[in-house]
This record gives sequence, C-alpha cells and structure tokens, in this order.
Amino acid sequence: MTDALSRLLETRDWLLTDGATGTNLFNMGLTAGDAPEMWNLDHPERIRALYQGWVDAGSDIFLTNTFGGNASRLKLHGAEGRVRELNRAATEIAREVADKAGRPVVVAGDMGPTGEIMAPMGTLTHEAAVEMFHEQAEALKEGGADVLWVETISAAEEFKAAAEAFRLAGMPWCGTMSFDTAGRTMMGITSAEMVKMVGKLPHQPLAFGANCGVGASDLLRTVLGFAAAGPERPIIAKGNAGIPRYHEGHIHYDGTPELMAEYAVLARDAGATIIGGCCGTMTDHLRRMREALESRPRGERPTLEVIAEKLGGFSSAGDGTGADEPAARRGGRRGRG
Amino acid sequence: MADDEIILSELDDEELVAQMFDDLYDGLKEEIEEATHILLDRGWTPYDVLTKALVGGMKVVGDDFRDGILFVPEVLLAANAMKAGMTILKPLLAETGAPRVGKMVIGTVKGDIHDIGKNLVSMMMEGAGFEVVDLGINNAVEKYLDALETEKPDILGMSALLTTTMPYMKVVIDTLKEKGIREDYIVLVGGAPLNEEFGRAIGADAYCRDAAVAVETAKAQVARRHNVGAGAR
Repeated sequence: MTDALSRLLETRDWLLTDGATGTNLFNMGLTAGDAPEMWNLDHPERIRALYQGWVDAGSDIFLTNTFGGNASRLKLHGAEGRVRELNRAATEIAREVADKAGRPVVVAGDMGPTGEIMAPMGTLTHEAAVEMFHEQAEALKEGGADVLWVETISAAEEFKAAAEAFRLAGMPWCGTMSFDTAGRTMMGITSAEMVKMVGKLPHQPLAFGANCGVGASDLLRTVLGFAAAGPERPIIAKGNAGIPRYHEGHIHYDGTPELMAEYAVLARDAGATIIGGCCGTMTDHLRRMREALESRPRGERPTLEVIAEKLGGFSSAGDGTGADEPAARRGGRRGRG
Repeated sequence: MADDEIILSELDDEELVAQMFDDLYDGLKEEIEEATHILLDRGWTPYDVLTKALVGGMKVVGDDFRDGILFVPEVLLAANAMKAGMTILKPLLAETGAPRVGKMVIGTVKGDIHDIGKNLVSMMMEGAGFEVVDLGINNAVEKYLDALETEKPDILGMSALLTTTMPYMKVVIDTLKEKGIREDYIVLVGGAPLNEEFGRAIGADAYCRDAAVAVETAKAQVARRHNVGAGAR
C-alpha cells in the first residue's frame, strides 16, 4: 500500500473528490467544438486555476483534464497522435498544484469512454480498447498521476478493457460507471451487477462506484444498490448537481450548494467513502459539501423515501435490483439455451 | 426440444409473422432474412412485409426499450436483424413506389463526437419505416443546411451528449429562423443531458428522451403536419 490514495483511505473514513471539469471550462470560455484537452497545452493557466479551485475548496482527490484524452476521442479533433503530450501536460500541471497544497492531495488521471460500441454489438474489439486505454494510462503515469480513474462507462466490456490497461500500466485505479437509463447504465448494467463484475476483475480497483447519470437522487439509489450487494471495495459517489437547465444562452445545473451538501452527507450515510460531484458541481458546491461532511455526524443508511424527500424524486420507478421491477423480457418460442 | 426445430417455411402467414416478431426481439438476423424471403415468395408486397412484419416487430422492441425491459445491446441486435430484412426490401420498395412514412436528416452537433444515441435513433427510425439520412458526428450548421436543401426531409434530428455542445442546437435552430425556413421542418432534439425544458427553450418541436420516444414523436408530428397540410388545401 504505497500509493497516495491507499494511504488516505487508511487514515480517513471519507474523502472528498472534485466537481465538474466540463461545466467549469465552459464557464472559462471553452466553446462548443473545442476539445477541452487542448487547453492543457494552449491554456495551462486555466487548467491550473481549475485544479487550484478544487484544492482550495477542500478536495482530497482531483481528476485531470483528460476525460476525452484517448485516441478514439481525440481523433475527432484530428489529434489522435497527441495522446501522450496532452495527457502528460494535464497531469504535470496537476502534480504541481497537488504538491503545493500543503496536505495530501491525490492526482487522479482521468479517462473517459472511447465513445464506441464494443464487439460483438459494435466494432471496437477488446484488444483495440485495451490498447487505447493503455496508451493514455502510460501518459498519465508519466505525467505523475497517483492513481488512474476511469469514469462514465456504460458497458461492462469497456470497464474490463480499462482495468486490463491499468494492469498493463502497473497502476492503482478507480472506476465508475454512469447509471442513466432507468437506474441502469445505458447498456443495461444494474448496480448489483457492477459489484459482481468488479469483484471478478483480476486487477482490483482501489474503489469503484457511480458518476454522472441523472441527478443526485438517482445516484444515491445506485450507491444503496452497491452497498446492498456487499462490495469489498470502497464506494465512489460522484453525482451531478441536479439537472441541466438552459438560461439565456447558458447551461446551468439546478442543484444548489445546499442540496449538494445534503447529497454528500446522504452519500456517506448510504455507504460511499469517496464523495464528489460531476456535471454542474462548482467550487461553491464542493466547499459546502466539505463543511457538511466535517460538521455533521454520520446517520443511518437513508431509505429511498428519505432521499426523495431531501433531494427530489427519481427518474424511474425502479433500478433493476428490486422485486417491483417491470416484467422480464418476453420469452420467444425458440429455445434460448 | 421440438421448439428448437422451428421450420419457418412450414408456418402459415400468421404464425410466421408472430415468429418474426420473436426473432426480431431476439436479434436473429438470418432468421429474419429467411422469413422476409418466404413472405415475398408467398406474394406479400414489400410494403406489407415492412409494415406488418418488420416494423410491427420493432414496435415491440421499442416499447420494451422505452419501458426499461430491453437495453441498448438487445436493441442494437434487433435493429441489426431488422436492417438485414430492410436490405432485401429496399430495392423492391423503390420499384413498387410504396408510400413513405417520412424522411429524417439526423446528426450530432458540432464539437460533439458521441454517436451511440444518434445511431440508435437512426436504426429505430428506419425500423419504423422512416428514411434516414445520417450526417454523422460533429456537424456545423452549414452541414445541416446543405442536407436540408438536398434531402428535403420532414424532420431534422439533432443529438448532443455534452453540456458544452448542447447549446449549439440553438445556433442551428436560430439559423433556420433567420433564413425563414424553421417552419419547414419538424425539429427533434435528444441526448443524455437534455430535457424537455431545454428543448422548449431553444425552440425545438420536441425533446425525445430516448430512441423509442423519438419514433413515437416523429410519427405523431408527421401525422399532425399532414393533417394541417390537408386542412390548408
């Protein structure tokens, strides 16, 4: 246990991670059409300000500006040959900011999905996905990331490919999936199924969980689902600050700092150890989350009713783990093995 | 098990269509191809095979997707099987001048490279009998305008998966308004971070939560347009 995150996990019973990279960069002037990763080289001072904001707000862990930094995503900006330099640059800036923090702050090298559908349904093979993730992982490692962090994944196959890449890079890692479709991932994975899938990985993550999705309430329902499945690893909760609203040419999320503070406390009560925000979560939210986690005592595991009452309702009646689920898929007349 | 040995050609029409619904549901491409040929050989018009067998079967898939019973992998397999049937029917439909359900131009907006959701909508729209022109990802407003002019669709569909790219939908809609052609098209928008309120705020005709809703909305909007058009004449 020599990595920075494991050391923090040994001494603390909750950790605060960061908020939204995209929403913040958009506010700093990123326009639709720009790849945020280009700013790691073109506007390093803005990326430094983004990271510094998290550290000043009390983050124990923050993610690098490299979500779309794999070859598949960069290709759409004609930059598939720049994976190494863009990821390294992002991580080097992060390393500087973290090392000056005056307390232990973990740099998590962020990796998002490839954006492609994996075989046999789609065209991306396991080997090609591993190669892409591995290329990015090595660059983040070179730049000085403490851990690697894959997020917003919807297919089990893609999550496994990332895990394999982390093994090849010899790096500790965390991974989250996005549960945005009736409480499941887009590809139909439930919270309980993710726990099972993660448990079987040969290269185990330090922590696993959920990010993004549909608002804070849904995310906590997913955390409850993880906890009920009895996972062996700490749970990550990184939910959106409410729902995006469009106002006078700008997108803003309707979750207030107060709501996110409530969410953070509930997330911890629900069983999460690493808590943060995703889209729409700004430094004000994060500061309030930190205050709440420090000042408020742990409570009982919240029920769905309590979550709905405090944070608002859910996007769907069930999430695929309960008994009151919609009918199972129709049975055909052909035998289905 | 005897059930494993279904011989498609021995089924009567009604049983065969029911079996095609099942086989679409299970994403069995070869079985759908075989059944499509059988119905054509039995004298069915290509249009009937399309609407009664394939579109009918995809409606079940769409309903279960909407209701959270099926998920993307199953829908992709079903759409793939449907597409195999369509490949057989397409040239025949063109020859026979079968009626058209409607036409859609669809694309992910500029700066956004996500296409899983958009592809799903394309497939489900084709599954419902629409003609779909897919512009792919990262489309600037000029690309949309060119396609609208050359394809003359009923519907313009735009997709975005990022909060940073969704405002671009408004850029496209505002440009349509400036050019005075906004009312010539039904504009449907979709994507994970969107919602109904956003759709209204930017001036789209509708926000579609998922591919199944997109199909239902497209059908309803096209029907309403035709009615309005007929009334005006």
